[in-house]
Amino acid sequence: MSSDDVNKGRRRFLVATTSVVGGVGVGIAAVPFIKSWMPSARARAIGAPVEVNISKLKEGQLLKVQWRGQTIGVLHRTQAMIDGLSKVDSRLVDPESKDADQPPYIHGETRALRPDYLVLNMHCTHLGCIPQLIPQVGPEPFDEHWNGGFYCPCHKSRFDLSGRVFQGVPAPTNLRIPPYSFLDDNTLIIGVSPKGAV
Amino acid sequence: MAKVESGMSRKANALLDWFDARLPVRSFWETVMTGYYAPKNFNFWYYMGSLALLVLVIQIFSGILLAMHYKPSATEAFASVEYIMRDVDWGWLIRYMHTTGASFFFIVIYLHMFRSLLYGSHKAPRELLWVFGMFIYVALMAEAFLGYILPWGQMSYWGAQVIINLFGAIPKIGEPLTQWIRGDYFISDATLNRFFALHVIAVPLAILGLVLLHLVALRENGSNNPDGIEIKKNKGADGHPVDGIPFHPYYTVKDIFGVGMFLMLFAFILFMWPEVSGLFLEHDNFVPADPLVTPTHIKPVWYFTPFYAILKAVPDKLLGVLTMGASVLVLFFLPWIDRSPVKSIRYKGTWYKVLLTLFTIAFVRLGLLGMAEGTPAQTWEMRLWTLVYFMFFVLLFFMSPRAKTKPEPDRVTH
Repeated sequence: MSSDDVNKGRRRFLVATTSVVGGVGVGIAAVPFIKSWMPSARARAIGAPVEVNISKLKEGQLLKVQWRGQTIGVLHRTQAMIDGLSKVDSRLVDPESKDADQPPYIHGETRALRPDYLVLNMHCTHLGCIPQLIPQVGPEPFDEHWNGGFYCPCHKSRFDLSGRVFQGVPAPTNLRIPPYSFLDDNTLIIGVSPKGAV
Repeated sequence: MAKVESGMSRKANALLDWFDARLPVRSFWETVMTGYYAPKNFNFWYYMGSLALLVLVIQIFSGILLAMHYKPSATEAFASVEYIMRDVDWGWLIRYMHTTGASFFFIVIYLHMFRSLLYGSHKAPRELLWVFGMFIYVALMAEAFLGYILPWGQMSYWGAQVIINLFGAIPKIGEPLTQWIRGDYFISDATLNRFFALHVIAVPLAILGLVLLHLVALRENGSNNPDGIEIKKNKGADGHPVDGIPFHPYYTVKDIFGVGMFLMLFAFILFMWPEVSGLFLEHDNFVPADPLVTPTHIKPVWYFTPFYAILKAVPDKLLGVLTMGASVLVLFFLPWIDRSPVKSIRYKGTWYKVLLTLFTIAFVRLGLLGMAEGTPAQTWEMRLWTLVYFMFFVLLFFMSPRAKTKPEPDRVTH
């Protein structure tokens, strides 16, 4: 066969198709190695939804649990706490939680599925410290008109009893609320949204 | 005696012949050393390349020894570093060699890059040489960041938190991407373990490959010089450039002198002042990582602070990340931004001296501001110098083809 007989078009076609098929193959073969970087089954198991029994949580008590390495707080609010929420509206950055990181089924000043149980991601939205619960109403060194709420020891950010941020503190937004739902009256599940909610 | 010696050297030559018949020993040595003619007017700035290679060797050597005692696990990492410092014989020396080497790597590389801004070493035909160098620089930044996580101190942990969360600023893919990088929903053992693998294998391999490409590209066209003229245009009767001298022995000897001076400075820091008052080793990193408590003042190590300042200068999270990325990316395009007909600052004219001075002040000021607490006045100053940083490239692009230049000499000067 002399070189005149070479069908250049066919040769180019074969080179191109082989390259494309080979490229796709390499791409598909890369998937396991890229996927191996995702959180492992063990990490996912630790990141699985957490069930919380709230039957023994007394009024005014705060329960902390770990979910996906984050500290989640469940606060059993008293009726007085719920009634007092609107008093501080004028001093908040975002009283209606329009810019807050929270599920779409969380509304209003109570920021909860049931007003008496507040579920919060406890990490400050500034740099991730854990604010303390200071529920007493009355003057505090950091606020003369303290109405009860959360106070961050790191950089003095303050939040009300719905985790809404006060004006003039470093934290930019309200505390986050994780997806959660009630399995029954006494059991919360953190990490799972209510059925039908998106 | 003379007969014995010649007998010895005959045997040595025979051995070399045996090797040479199987491996191109002599021709390689001649190509890259004795037969490679470099410009004869190299000055101080031309030490940095060989010194960078020296620091690379120091880092690989000390790193291998550290990896023999270090434990890449969230529960054991901090203690294993303290174990190296206190219990391993000479462990403190090896560890301080590695931390001091990290900072010196950046000192040497920044001076090496500045040399290019002075003498136009990035300009044609050395564009690829510069681009490979930039890839080395970016790989080095990755290597330094990854290594900083390993002691698992407070700054390791929260530095990783801040830097990885920068990727979270990317719309849509940001959150899954940060999970993919961390291998978990938060900075954890999985993150530390993979960062160790990247730090000791993946990135060093990439750096070695890039250094090889950098050197091959360098030998292809030969070094630039402070006058920025091509010595190969002016060859003598022997076929060698009249302004060139063989790399070996002339520049090997010069570089060995540089190595001596460098090691004196290196040893002084290593033995007398390894923390450099929190600049090379930050105080907060002597506290074990605590996911529940954030240090009050987070800042990166000094060699990242100019870029950190650019990040902080922009009030928007995504725009800040993009601006910081652009401040590194723009350097890759320097060979095509600098459109001047001459290479060296000596013949570019006063305008370039002014621009480069302002750029240098901006870089240093940004570095200092990046370490500061961040008062509102400092934020405005960071914005000013960020603007100056980027204006350098804009003005260089528009002024370099138009500005009047001085005539270049035919032969190199000193």
